[in-house]
Parts: sequence; C-alpha cells; structure tokens
Amino acid sequence: MSIEQSPAAPLRRPGLLDPAILGPATLSAFIKLDPRQLVRNPVIFVTEVVAALVTALFLRDLLAGNAPGFSGQIAAWLWFTVLFATFAEAVAEGRGKAQADSLRRTRSELSARRLSTDGASSETVPATALKLGDVVVVEAGELIPGDGEVIEGIASVNESAVTGESAPVIRESGGDRSAVTGGTQVLSDRLVIRITAAPGLGFVDRMIALIEGAKRQKTPNEIALSILLSGLTLIFLIAVVTLWGLAGYSGTLLSVTVLAALLVTLIPTTIGGLLSAIGIAGMDRLVRFNVIATSGRAVEAAGDVDTLLLDKTGTITFGNRMATDFLPVNGVSGTSLAEAALLSSLADQTPEGRSIVALASGDYGVPTPAAQPDAVIAFTAETRLSGVDMGERRIRKGAVEAVLRFAGVTAIAAPAEFSAAVDRIARSGGTPLAVADGERLLGVIHLKDVVKPGIKERFAQMRAMGIRTVMVTGDNPVTAAAIASEAGVDDYLAQATPEDKLAFIRKEQEGGRLIAMCGDGTNDAPALAQADVGVAMQTGTQAAREAANMVDLDSSPTKLIEIVEIGKQLLMTRGALTTFSIANDVAKYFAIIPALFITTYPSLAALNIMGLASPQSAILSAVIFNALIIVALIPLALKGVTYRPVGAAALLRRNLFLYGFGGLLLPFIGIKLVDLAVTALHLV
Amino acid sequence: MTLLGWLQIAALFLAVLVTVKPLGLYMARVFNGESTFISPLLAPVEAGFYRLSGVDPKREQGWLAYTLAMLAFSLAGFLALYAILRLQAFLPYNPQGFANVPPDLAFNTAVSFLTNTNWQNYAGEATMSHFSQMAGLTVQNFVSAATGMAIAVALTRAFARSKAATLGNFWVDLTRATLYVLLPLAIVTALVFVAMGLPQTLDASVTATTLDGGQQVISLGPIASQEAIKQLGTNGGGFFNANAAHPFENPTALSNLLNIFAMLWISTALVYSFGQMVGDRRQGWALLAAIAVLLIAGVGIIYWAESQGNPILTALGLDAGGGNMEGKEVRFGQSASALYAAVTTGLSDGGVNAMHGSFTGLGGLVPMFLIQLGEVLPGGVGSGLYGLLVFALLAVFVAGLMVGRTPEFLGKKIEGREMKYAMLAVLILPTVILGFTAISAMLPVAVASIGTAGPHGLSEILYAFTSAAGNNGSAFGGLSGNTLWYNSTLAITMLLGRFAYAVPVLAIAGSLAAKTKTPASGGTFPTHTPLFVGLLVGIILILGGLQFFPALALGPIVEHFAMLAGQTF
Repeated sequence: MSIEQSPAAPLRRPGLLDPAILGPATLSAFIKLDPRQLVRNPVIFVTEVVAALVTALFLRDLLAGNAPGFSGQIAAWLWFTVLFATFAEAVAEGRGKAQADSLRRTRSELSARRLSTDGASSETVPATALKLGDVVVVEAGELIPGDGEVIEGIASVNESAVTGESAPVIRESGGDRSAVTGGTQVLSDRLVIRITAAPGLGFVDRMIALIEGAKRQKTPNEIALSILLSGLTLIFLIAVVTLWGLAGYSGTLLSVTVLAALLVTLIPTTIGGLLSAIGIAGMDRLVRFNVIATSGRAVEAAGDVDTLLLDKTGTITFGNRMATDFLPVNGVSGTSLAEAALLSSLADQTPEGRSIVALASGDYGVPTPAAQPDAVIAFTAETRLSGVDMGERRIRKGAVEAVLRFAGVTAIAAPAEFSAAVDRIARSGGTPLAVADGERLLGVIHLKDVVKPGIKERFAQMRAMGIRTVMVTGDNPVTAAAIASEAGVDDYLAQATPEDKLAFIRKEQEGGRLIAMCGDGTNDAPALAQADVGVAMQTGTQAAREAANMVDLDSSPTKLIEIVEIGKQLLMTRGALTTFSIANDVAKYFAIIPALFITTYPSLAALNIMGLASPQSAILSAVIFNALIIVALIPLALKGVTYRPVGAAALLRRNLFLYGFGGLLLPFIGIKLVDLAVTALHLV
Repeated sequence: MTLLGWLQIAALFLAVLVTVKPLGLYMARVFNGESTFISPLLAPVEAGFYRLSGVDPKREQGWLAYTLAMLAFSLAGFLALYAILRLQAFLPYNPQGFANVPPDLAFNTAVSFLTNTNWQNYAGEATMSHFSQMAGLTVQNFVSAATGMAIAVALTRAFARSKAATLGNFWVDLTRATLYVLLPLAIVTALVFVAMGLPQTLDASVTATTLDGGQQVISLGPIASQEAIKQLGTNGGGFFNANAAHPFENPTALSNLLNIFAMLWISTALVYSFGQMVGDRRQGWALLAAIAVLLIAGVGIIYWAESQGNPILTALGLDAGGGNMEGKEVRFGQSASALYAAVTTGLSDGGVNAMHGSFTGLGGLVPMFLIQLGEVLPGGVGSGLYGLLVFALLAVFVAGLMVGRTPEFLGKKIEGREMKYAMLAVLILPTVILGFTAISAMLPVAVASIGTAGPHGLSEILYAFTSAAGNNGSAFGGLSGNTLWYNSTLAITMLLGRFAYAVPVLAIAGSLAAKTKTPASGGTFPTHTPLFVGLLVGIILILGGLQFFPALALGPIVEHFAMLAGQTF
C-alpha cells in the first residue's frame, strides 16, 4: 500500500473566461500557428498564408521607404485573425483539459502489481506497461492501474476521481458490478483485476483525445462542413484573383494588400476559426454532464436520434411499487383501513411496506401506535402475507388470494365491492394488496409503479423535438400499457428480452431511424452496440461499457435526454455560426468594393452606404471587424447556441432570424463603428 | 410602366400556374414508366427503338453507367453535328449554296447546340443550310433537352428511392423524354406557330419588290418547327440572327406570349413532376414558389429600369418620356421585352426579342445576374431542376444544422460526399465565368472584339462567358464573338458549364439513392414551408451575389451609377 497514491482532487469547473485557462491558452495559440498543424483547417490556413504574404509586402514597403503604415496594419490584423482562431481552439481545449489532465496525472504516476501467469508471484510495473489481458492485484488504499474487470474478490471503491461522486461503490467479480476504471481507489479489501483496455485506449484516454484539438478526429458532419467552407474559400479566391484582371481592364491596378484584405474578409473565417472550438466545447459539455463519449461521431449522432429506448425501471418509474391509495370495503372507514395497513407494515422494511407507512401517516394522518405488537408475522413465499398480532387483532396484508384464504372467504364469496376494487387496480396496471383483520376483510391497498414527477412533460418536450420515446419493460402488456399511457411515452415493449430489444433496434434502423438507448447489464451489450447511441452506466459491466459509445458516470438513466440535447446544441452552434459567417460577407462587399474602385469610377461612391471615411479606413475596418468578431463569438462557440425543445420549424425560424438576418445587419453597424474608431485614432 | 404591361406579365404567369400541374403529372407518369393517354400510339414506336438499339428497357443503371451513357451519347451527338456543319456544302437541302462552316465556328456551334446553349456566333439565315438547321441543329435541340430531363429525372429518383443501387436507364429516359414529351408538344406548338403566321417551308427565300421599287430577298425556311423546339427545349437558337425580334420568328404580341409560355412550361412543370415523383407535391410547389419570387422580381426590375429610361437622353430631349426603347421591337415594348428578357435568362433559353446590351445598366444587370444565379429560375429543361436541387441541398446543409440534426432533404442525409460533389458543381460557374472574363479583359486580342468603350465593354465580355457557362446562349450584343479566341474559349466554357456540372450531380444522385430514406418527424427541417422558400431564395441570391458582385460592380453597376451621374464613356 503506497501512501503517495492519492485519487485526483475533486474537479474544479472553470468559468467561461477563467484566467487560469486564458494564460496557457494564449501561449498555446501561438504554438498552434505552426502551418503543419494549421493545414487541418483550410480556411485559417489560407488566412495564415495571406498574412505571411502581406507581411512580406510590408517589409518590402519598409525597406523601400514606401509608407508602410497601411500594409503593416493590415498584416497585423490578418495575423490577429489567425491568432484569434487558434486562441479559440486553445481556450476550448483548456477547459476540457482541466478534467482530463487531473485524470492523466494520476494515471501516469500509477504503478501496478502484475501477477505472473501462474498467479504465484507478482511484480511491480508502471501502469503504462500493462497490456491487454494482464492480471493485476489491487489492495485497500491503492489505485486501480487501468480499466478492467474484477475476476476475484469484492471491495468498496472510491470512483470520485472519475465521477465526482464521493460515496464509495461496491465492485465484485461476476454479475453486473464487475467493471472498474483506471485511476479509482480501492478503499477496502482486495481485488484481482483483468485489464481489458490497453494503456492509451481506456475510455478516459479516448475522452482526453476527444478534447485535445491536435489529435481530434473530425466528425463526419465536421468533414462535410469543412468541405463547404473549403469550397467557399476557393470560390472567393477565384473571385478575388480574377478581380485583379477585371480591374486592370478598367485601368485600376489593385495592390496585393487590398486584394488580400478582401479575400480574408470574404472567406468564412468566423466559422472556420471557431469550428474546432465548437467541437471541443461540445465534448467538454458532455463531460460536464458526467458523460464520457468514446467518439465525436456518437455525440453528433445523439443530435440525430429519432427514437429513445428507455428502460422503465429507474428511468420512467422509481423502480419500486408504492402504495398510492387505500380502498376500504364492508363499510370500513378509510382511516381504519389506513391504520390497519400501517400496523401490518410497521415491521415490513421492504420499499412497499415503507411506502404504506408513509401513505398512512402522511395523507391519512394515522399516528404511530404507542403499543408494541405481540407478534410479527414476516412475509414468506409460501404464505405470501405478512402482518402483526396485537391483542385481539390479527391484522394481515398480502396477495389477494392469500388474504382471502386467511380470512376464510372464497373468491366467489368475496364481497362484490372488494372484487371490483381488486379488478380496477389490476386493470390499471397496479398491484392490489388485500388487508384483513381476522375474518373481516377491511379493504385493498393500491400499489403501483409510480411514474417520476415531471417525466411526462419531459416526454412531451421530446415529442416536440421530434423524438419518439419507447419504454422497455419486463412487465406484462397490461401493466406496461397502463404505465406507458401514464408516463406519456409513444410506444412500449412489454415482456422484453434482450433479444427483443436488439430486434426492435434493428427494425427501427431498417426504416432509417437512429436509435439511442442506455443499459448496464452484459445482456444489454448487443443492443448497446447495435444502437446508434449506446450509453452504458458507469456501474454497469465491462461488456456493456465496451459495447456502448458513451459512459454515464452518474449512472442516471434519464441522462440520455441531456445527451440528445447536447448533440443537437453542437450541430446548431455550427449551423448558426456558418450562417452568420456567410451573411456577414454582404456588408464587407459594401465596405471594400467602393473603396477599391472609387478613384476609377467616382460614381461607385453610391455603394458606400455605410459612409466610411476613406478607402483605406474602409478596408482596414472590414479586416478589423472580421478579426474581432471571432473573439466576440468565442463565448457563444464554447457555450453553444441555446437549444429549446420546440419543433424544428420554430427553431429554424428563430435561428435563421437571429444568425441569418442578424449576421446580415450586424457587420454594417460593426464596420461603421470600427471605421469611426480608426478615423478618430488617425490609424490611416 | 403601364397597367396593360403588368397585365401581360400577370397573364403569362397565370397561364403557367394553371398548366404546370397537368403537364407535371403527365411527365411524372412518363418517367415512372406508366402508360399515358398516347401510349397506345407511341408505345410500339418506343419498343421499336429499344429493339433496334438492343436496349433492355427493364435494365436499370447505376450512377456511373448512367453518366457514361449520357457522356457517350453527347459525344456521338457532337461528332455528328460537327460533321454535318463541316460538310454542309456536300449535303442536300442547301438551296442557297452555303459553304462548309469553318472549323472553329463549327466546333463552337456543335458544342453550343449539344450543351443546350445555342450561343450563335453566326447569322443563321446567312450561314446554315436547311439540312444543317433541321438534321443538325434541331435534332440537338430535341436531344440536348431530353438529356437534361434524363439527368434531372435520375436525381429525382435518387430522392424518391431508398437504398437503391440504380437511377433508371439513360436510354429509356432519353427516349421517353423525346417521344412522349418534346415531340408531341413541339408538333402542336409548331402548328400553332404556323397558324400565327410563322413560315414553314423548304424554299430558300422570296424576292419582293419594295415600295420604292427595289428588290429585296427575304429568307425563308422551316422556321415554325425549329421555333417550337427552340422554346420548348429552352434552347433559344434562332433561325434568324435577330432571333425572336424577327417578325418571322415572332410576328405578334400573342406569338410573343406563346414563345415565353413555351419556354417556361416544361421547366416549371418538371419541378411539379419532381414533387409528384418524390411523393410530396408540396415540395414541388415550394420550389416553384422560390423560382417565382426571383423571376417575377427580375421581370419587375427590368421593366422598371427600362421604363425609367436614361436621364442623360431625357435631358437632351431625346426621350419623349417613353423610357428606354433602344434595342427593343416597337411591337413588344418595354413590358413584353422585360418579360422575355427575364424569362429567357432565368431559364437558360437564350432566345431574345430585344437586345439586352441596349438595356439600361440595371436592366442589363438583371438578365446577366439571373444567369449567374445558376440558371435555376426555373432554368433549362432538366438542367434547371437539378441545378435548383443542388442549391436546395446547400440551403438545407447550411441552415439545416440550425435545427440540431444532420441536415437532410426529403429524408436523405446530406453528408460529406454530397457536399463535395455539390461544391464541385457550384465551383464551375465562377471559375469559368470569372476566369475567362478576367483573361479576356487583359488580352488585347480578346479586347479587340468589344463593341463599346468603358464598363459596358467589360459587361459584353462578362455576359458572353456568363451566357456560355450557364448554357443560356443569349448575347449582350456588341461583342464580335466569331473569332478564334471566343469560338474556342466560349465552347470550352459551354462544355464545362454543362458537363462539369452534370457529372457531379449524377454522382450526388448515386450517393443519395443508396441512402435510407429517413421518415420525417417533428425534429426534421420542413422543406415545403414559406420559411424554406425564403431560405432558398436567400441562399441563391447571397451565393450568386457574393461570387459575382465585384465583377458586376465594374460592369453594369458602375454603368448604372455613371448614368445617374450623367457620366459617359
């Protein structure tokens, strides 16, 4: 047991513009200027090339003694444009890395006690030297060296380094709680673990890779968008290069500096500069929700999900049946039934029993009796009833047939009122519990699977988002239908086996739908692998975690809903900034084109609708605006565009107005303001 | 502008509106291989063609086979037409004894008719024999239009099908487009034109004695038949140099309206067929709405600019308040000229009834800009529809992300592959238009062809390459295009404008057809709403505008402001 191994400190969530991140990010922004790295981003790479070109021209002007002020300023702002873009990526990385780094630090310092193949001896090796299939032993106080599966032993483990949750969890061999994560600490006992992920391939490693820009794989959607942006860049390159020839015909000799300025303002630098930051921030947002994705593709797929497959238990209902009503018969008052029910359940520590006590003492106001029962009759599978004896009273509650037998009443002879109540409960998907005092039937307790509050509204939102929710349950169809209608899901799968789930997913995918589901058991693994978005619980088995493309550290089944929202937000942010970027170009033309040709064609002054002071100030202002807008939009890129669960049509209308129309208007105002400043400061 | 002028414009669009559906439904049946009311008559003929050529009409092609068939057919058509033009002197039906067409002009003309452009660097009545007009040019008028329709139909099927490996059979689509759509319509239209007074004869010319006793030779020929397919197939190549301003091509106001109607009809109806074939007629209407918004705006701006006239001339007392009538037929006036100009350029028809080069700055800007928008309003027969669908893909991609899903159009996800081919297609227009214009503007041999000094000269070059790249074929006038430089560069431009666009489109079709059609849900970006129409209009305008604004600023825009400022060149 080594003292120096301590789990990572609880994670600090950095603010949007945390100085602790901005400092290193600034440095990293300069490192990212390396063209070999920048070439991954064609728009910004072109900007860098152009910036270098204008810098060369500035130096030439400087050496030749031509007034270098203008080309110098343009060159500087072009470099700022590139820097702001790399800075945006660096900030996004910095935020994501805060968590990743602390995880990595613990892991790089880890050592492991590897068992030899015969299991007789062990040697201490660095965790990084572990291979797939190695078997290690971890004792109380030590850190688990890598992702793996417990093959021997049971222990409590502190997983707060990964989950942020301080309560220890139990990990044991076999069953559904056998998976352990590297970097977590064994608190008691001893575990023998088979390593199931080679170093650098565990899911924490994969998460780290998703957050670091340089190693990040572009997602399919990002690739498609990059193609569009590269295409636009090419189109503008053609438009600008040919302009030199067209201007030549009209007797204007355009300088490379102004053409460079025009090019950079036209190519989509705003989205080009922020694209990578948006992707990283999306992953980071997921991490903040305590979900780790193993690929960016999965997060995007989450935005596209058409059908959510949700387990009933724990997601839609609390998972335990709870008493919701007392139905007295034979003229018994509600309060007397409640009192009897309470007495019969006093010693019953099952969730059902406790819920009966809670209902009786809460809603019915039955006081807790002072007298102790004479005898407690515990529930057995044979008698199927439980209760107490108190003085003369022999109170029993239990399955309807068992209680009737106890009371000596045949099912046919039972009062109609009683049978009706039992029927009604069964039909609604609930479970009836009969209560009797000796030979006297008192009434029925309505036990039911209680749907979580607010879940119905959640599903209504999902429907508005265009997502179908399907409940999966092992219940019989009657019960399933009742709960489905109460929870407001669109469909249900009753008496579902893992095979049914898999078949259902395949069928839906056949019809072109994308499916998300979550699961934790080994038998969920095939379905998790088949689903487009499979979320495994951190508490689940290693098989489930390997099959899934995301792991929820909180093990909360409703997390799927948040994951979908994060996926959508990621795509929306990209779309919004692309639209904004393209719409921006209109104003830039009105700033630069009249400026370029005003000497040849004075009548083109009519196009200078912003009334910019001079041709040079107009060009410089457009370039400055173009650079500053990247910085101004970094917070939006990191936070993401607000997602509202309304229909696609309403979302589009709102975003189109905000980012399309706004993107059209804003630069007119922005460039004018910059021009006023440029003129006031006598920069040109 | 007059009420009567506007009424003419309204009457035309109304006529198109009410006839779009019947023809659209008919064409959908034709391309779905279903039988129609004239099938009893044509089906045996169709089957005969397949037997003769050994085509199995049931066997469908993947996108590559479809593309190769299209390219092979186009190459054969080009070689045949080139041969006819080069050998015209030895071929029959040459009553005026015209010589063989010179190589560069023959190349340019063959490419021009092959690509459905009909850019004419010659005067038809003084260059082409009846045989060349009928067996050469008119045949290409039919099949180039049918080729466009086939490509559009292949793309349509890509949206209609789910997980499909094939797009249909090019030979079948080509045959059915010609036999069931173009030929019957052309026969009827030609007869109506004859009734309206268009000549249809194999005679060369008549000699007339003028009022002052002089002798005048008046050219004649099979005009009505060529005029019909020229408009129906959005070809635009006139029998006469003056095109539809010539009284034998376009004698009356009524024939003028019929001309415009004929060019609009198939292209607009094909958009309706698209909606029908993909199983969502609302989609067809939404696309038509976007077309209508831009086209009617174009007509309105030209009409307004032309009726405003030229303040410089007004100041000199040369304009009696009638607006700009330079280059216009008095029979048609500003309204019908504006209508014709906007439709012929929005459509990639290219026939003209007025000289676009004589329009005011703004009036000349609009036809040029309508072509630069990609010939999608509604564009050439077939080519307009597939061009418009490429824009729809771009619009859906850019804005569709904003609903938080991978963009999809009609249930097909738009991903990297589609974007790659769409950008390849979209790139071709600015590359050839701006590239060749800039080179020509700097090249003395090219500048020598210009007819006017100042920015208007640049407009002439820009218009020529715009028209060629958009496969429009209308000319600005002023530029002498029959030179080695323009014959060859314009031909290259036309080829690229047609095939460098069509091939990526078919590749998109192949990629889309293979995808599963996703059912629409509340989370899907709806593409049949006014919002989508607005978005599509915005994308077409912004993309087109961003590409060509600098060039236009140095041509027609500066002309406009210079005119207002009283400056001349």
